[in-house]
Amino acid sequence: MVLEFKPHGIYCPAGDFFIDPWKPVDRALITHGHADHARPGHQRYLSTVSAAPVMRHRLGEITLETVHYGEAKQIGDATVSFHPAGHVPGSAQIRVEVKGEVWVVSGDYKTEPDRLSEPFEPVRCHSFISECTFGLPVFTWAQEDIVAKEINGWWAANAAKGMFSLLGAYSLGKAQRVLSLLDPSIGPILTHGAVENTNAVLRAQGLALPDTLHVTPDLDPKAHPGAMVLAPPGALGSTWARRFRPNSTGFASGWMRLRGVRRRRAVDRGFVMSDHADWPGLNAAIRETNAENIYVTHGYTDIFARWLKESGLNTEIIPTEFTGETLDAATDDGDAA
Amino acid sequence: MKRFTALYATLDQTTKTSVKTSEMAGYFVDAPVEDRLWTVALFSGRRPRRAITTTKLREWAAERADIPLWLFEESYPIVGDLAETIALVLPPATRDQDESLSTWIGRLRALDRQDEESRKAAVLEAWDQMGAQERMVFNKLLTGGFRIGVSRKLMTRALAQATGRDEAELAHRLMGDWTPDTTTWEALIEAPDSGADLSRPYPFCLAYGLDDDGPETLGEPKDWLAEWKWDGIRGQLILRGGEHFVWSRGEELMTDRFPELARARDFLPDGTVIDGEIVAWDGTAPLPFNALQKRIGRKTVPKKLLKDAPVIVLAYDLLEENGEDLREVPFAERRARLDAILGTLPEDAPLRASSVLPFKSWKTLADLRSTAREERAEGLMIKRASSPYHTGRKKGDWWKWKLDPLTIDAVMIYAQQGHGRRANLFTDFTFAVRDGNELVPFTKAYSGLTDAEFRKITAWVRKNTMQRFGPVRQVRAEHVFEIAFEGIAESTRHKSGVSLRFPRMKRWRHDKPVNEANTIEDLREMLAQYG
Repeated sequence: MVLEFKPHGIYCPAGDFFIDPWKPVDRALITHGHADHARPGHQRYLSTVSAAPVMRHRLGEITLETVHYGEAKQIGDATVSFHPAGHVPGSAQIRVEVKGEVWVVSGDYKTEPDRLSEPFEPVRCHSFISECTFGLPVFTWAQEDIVAKEINGWWAANAAKGMFSLLGAYSLGKAQRVLSLLDPSIGPILTHGAVENTNAVLRAQGLALPDTLHVTPDLDPKAHPGAMVLAPPGALGSTWARRFRPNSTGFASGWMRLRGVRRRRAVDRGFVMSDHADWPGLNAAIRETNAENIYVTHGYTDIFARWLKESGLNTEIIPTEFTGETLDAATDDGDAA
Repeated sequence: MKRFTALYATLDQTTKTSVKTSEMAGYFVDAPVEDRLWTVALFSGRRPRRAITTTKLREWAAERADIPLWLFEESYPIVGDLAETIALVLPPATRDQDESLSTWIGRLRALDRQDEESRKAAVLEAWDQMGAQERMVFNKLLTGGFRIGVSRKLMTRALAQATGRDEAELAHRLMGDWTPDTTTWEALIEAPDSGADLSRPYPFCLAYGLDDDGPETLGEPKDWLAEWKWDGIRGQLILRGGEHFVWSRGEELMTDRFPELARARDFLPDGTVIDGEIVAWDGTAPLPFNALQKRIGRKTVPKKLLKDAPVIVLAYDLLEENGEDLREVPFAERRARLDAILGTLPEDAPLRASSVLPFKSWKTLADLRSTAREERAEGLMIKRASSPYHTGRKKGDWWKWKLDPLTIDAVMIYAQQGHGRRANLFTDFTFAVRDGNELVPFTKAYSGLTDAEFRKITAWVRKNTMQRFGPVRQVRAEHVFEIAFEGIAESTRHKSGVSLRFPRMKRWRHDKPVNEANTIEDLREMLAQYG
């Protein structure tokens, strides 16, 4: 086997390395900087050039080597290369070839393009290790400009009433994607510290984001009426958010497709927007790999695996410690959705 | 239906009461008049009958979505709502329309008269012209399962805002036996009230629960009257025009379910309306609620059941006498007039007064309360002597002071995911008591934990599933919960031999290991004492 499933994570014996391991190892290839994929404690890291700044920001002093997308690198008897996954800026699928046999680890991916991430690129392989966070036919996403219109429409309506728009979005990826869609002519954009830190990292590597104002303790909300306030979901109900009154609250996530989750979140508006592939996206991506063997890692694995099997693909479920598996962990603490 | 769908979406999503009210009020001003009438009907539980079985809808939806039926069925519990699951799996609409709510309701009611093929064609065509939200609302109307998280009170307030009419008057007009087929917006809301509907009940006056401090803060005991709080069905007995009507508090007409109450006509004059509790009666005291339960589900009652669980009304208020609305008369006087009417009734009459309990101090009342279970009551009602009969729930004049529930420490053994708002959380649990080394399941419980606790237990269930039986997971017997309940009765349908009334999770006993949970003997002892 080119890749094996070990207690520490996905392992390549030919190159003696792991991909997104969840326990400390000697050599780790990292698909992207989210906490469930890029964990601390490894001796050596390898990532794409554009994923590196966020990883350094989150993991501190690490030994990190980088490669460009598509650049082939020999590690032991394995040839590895990184290919855009369309999930967040810098995110990659990792292709591993050993003696002509090709495996691809998807990490997290999204097939629809957005304005920031390098667009998803299907990679042909024999075996494909895929996430399936939203592997149910009820999950389909609208095109990004439709969601942009919804968010800006909501913001403009709130601003007209003199209300703040408090929007929850994960601080790495989702928040910047929302930023890239906002129409700054509506009003000022304020950001929570967690969001602003990531903004700074991504701006420094050349990504174009609209101007934002970091919410510091001495900021006077009254000076910014009708502002859009971007914060991690957890901050929405906190004392931090209380300074912005009156307000309407919103949340951007793929889970907002489900009414039950919207209601449980108790926000005024849910925007369906995910950094993961929807049902058509997952199916299209898997078809385009042309792979004979599919390994599904996190998400609705039981159901999705049965669906793939019935479509004639060899499919196995691989238990991992990637999140996005449970809805509530994903919506509450993770960066996965 | 787009206007109605937008209203539904706003009401469904916002948590702010003021927004809900103003959105509804706006709708009641500018929506088409037939749609307003249907909206009032839908929001007060007057739903069109189910036009198509859900089995058919699932099949058609899966077929249209080009997915196997099993995949649809697997998605359903995750979404937690059938109408929504259908709406989400279908491919995007290819056309658009903007026809009114009442037009669509007319269409779906007409499906009744069509053969299956035309029904299917009509439904597929409808789906193909609607967005996901609109489809969901349409499906809810199709399946007869339309519900909305808006109280009657809030809707009435919005109607009052929209029409400038008095809220209490509107609440009364909305009661009773109307449907959009038997009335119009004009007649129901705008025109002078003809009072033509003889069966129409008054809006029920509802009580708030007293908090842990008890009644001490209510002021002078002499200003208050107390009664037992019975565990039956709150109902209104109406005698008008030579007929009688029985309404439940849920506004269900229950006249035929309780034929013994017909004899009230032999004793009481026309133009009388009584508020009271319908209970199963053993001749001297109420039977446990599960005796009444057997009666509730039945539209016609077999003789044996009539004999085993005869019902009476324990009357506690007089709302109308000689055709005169008494609701503004002080409670003490209404109560005196009620006692005057009922005092002359023979022993075997199907109604009797629920006694006023004398008390001099709050302390004596507290002592009385502690004996409620012996009286087969679930606590006390405390009502201000000078109070009118309010419309709906108003704080300050009517209080319920329930007994503390019975409790037992039990072990969680099965878990199942919830629906709707609680989809994807494990919220439905089965609990067991110990029997030697065995665990005997004895109750289910769904409520009582906070969202945070539900999330915590959900994560735990996922990691500690031993076995799956369809949607039910058997989990490691590790967690003890304190289960609170209102009553306990013998049951042959349950393995444990008991059934509980209103079981819920009171506390997660992190401090208790499984071997300190209660036993089947403890449960039997409670049955002997309180059953």
